[in-house]
Amino acid sequence: MNAITITNMSKKYGEFTAVDELNLTIEQGELFSLLGVNGAGKTTTIKMLSCLIKPTGGDAVLLGDSVKEHPQAVKAKINISPQETAVAANLSVIENLELIAGIYGQDSQTVKISADKMVTQFGLDDVRNKKTKQLSGGMQRRLSIAMALISSPKILFLDEPTLGLDVLARRELWASIKSLKGKVTIILTTHYLEEVVALSDRVGIMVNGKLTAIGTVLELTKQTGTSTLEDAFVMLSGGAV
Amino acid sequence: MRITLFAKRNTKEILRDTTNLFFGLGFPLILLVLLSVINASIPAEANNTMFSIENLAPGLAMFGTAFMALFSGMLLSKDRTSSFLMRLFASPMTSLDFILGYTLPLFVMALAQAAITLFASCFAGLELTVNLLPAILVTALSSLLFVGFGLLFGSLMNEKAVGGICGAALTNVAGWLSGVFIPLDLIGGTFKNVADILPFYHSVQAIKATLSGDFAELMPHFGIVLAYTVVVFVLAVIAFQRKMNGNKV
Repeated sequence: MNAITITNMSKKYGEFTAVDELNLTIEQGELFSLLGVNGAGKTTTIKMLSCLIKPTGGDAVLLGDSVKEHPQAVKAKINISPQETAVAANLSVIENLELIAGIYGQDSQTVKISADKMVTQFGLDDVRNKKTKQLSGGMQRRLSIAMALISSPKILFLDEPTLGLDVLARRELWASIKSLKGKVTIILTTHYLEEVVALSDRVGIMVNGKLTAIGTVLELTKQTGTSTLEDAFVMLSGGAV
Repeated sequence: MRITLFAKRNTKEILRDTTNLFFGLGFPLILLVLLSVINASIPAEANNTMFSIENLAPGLAMFGTAFMALFSGMLLSKDRTSSFLMRLFASPMTSLDFILGYTLPLFVMALAQAAITLFASCFAGLELTVNLLPAILVTALSSLLFVGFGLLFGSLMNEKAVGGICGAALTNVAGWLSGVFIPLDLIGGTFKNVADILPFYHSVQAIKATLSGDFAELMPHFGIVLAYTVVVFVLAVIAFQRKMNGNKV
């Protein structure tokens, strides 16, 4: 069953077309990576799908609800981990988690249970009462993803989740993301291609607002006659290998 | 429910910053002490009532609330630039949840600040009467003007710009044009005319009228403040909603 069905979705800012007639379906439980150079339209696509901006053309249906017609219904089913860590700096780890759980309508007892669960799942026990501004970048990233998952979203948007992390912290986050595969539909944008290889079921490549290629890593390398995803990506993005 | 949760978060975020506590609560008290000392050293024959406690208390109560613009503006701007708001915009929160969630804590803080400043003024000679209670309420309601300014600039600008406009420019304009620190009648001319047009002087006069129990004098001044507050808040809500919908303001 499809989690996301995008039909002719576009976003124009005056004369500039950020996303051009995008058509795409993503299955439930799939981890789909959206690739593209800066300005290709990835973030605009994610913003439209998470109801942060309205499409100027076409539509997207997320688990039965249109982002244009029923954004509130869509918002209840999704969550997002933005490019920046997006945490409340003067609140502790546990307070951040409880805040988001409450905002998504959990009662006070469930809030406590789910916050504790997230703290354990993401290895934040030692810092649970620490203000988030005192945490390392890696810990903040982990918290950011935990905050996105505490509402038990059916669809999760991860925008550059490992940006600026060291290798170890990145690998730890990969493990966390892998554990969600099959349970949550995940849309991932990243510039780290090894991350895409390690995590994705399918990959979409955007160029100038258009989806120019879609498939598994193997399919894309086969299609371009290249040996690595990086070469395939460069070729499909119009660069020279 | 969401309003309460968000308001609680905003309260914690502001009060856990010691600089905010200093400017919110400490600074008006420091000014009260300093200006009371200056007033005490003015000879009686000079007949200068500029810093008499009846003038000083309402002036400092109003001036203290000017920092609400800085608090609300900085918090909103920081939430915007750190993408924390993006996270919340993608949640089921509505624009009403956001506006009230940002406003209510600052209104409560303004109530507390006004109560502290006015009760502290009683130690400096202000008569302790029941009129203090409505004066605290009038001060807190007047503070909504500054909260509105903060939300407006916080929706439009980054932290640095908000700090400059709400922290330096607005507090100075509010201070100098309110008649607290310089006698407007004595200067007169364009300076007084500008002060008369803007809401800050009227805010002080409304608090002063309430403190003295002269409620007939309250409304003409308070009406001007409320009119400005409504306009600034409407602009702030428009700017915020445009940001929320991903539009350029």
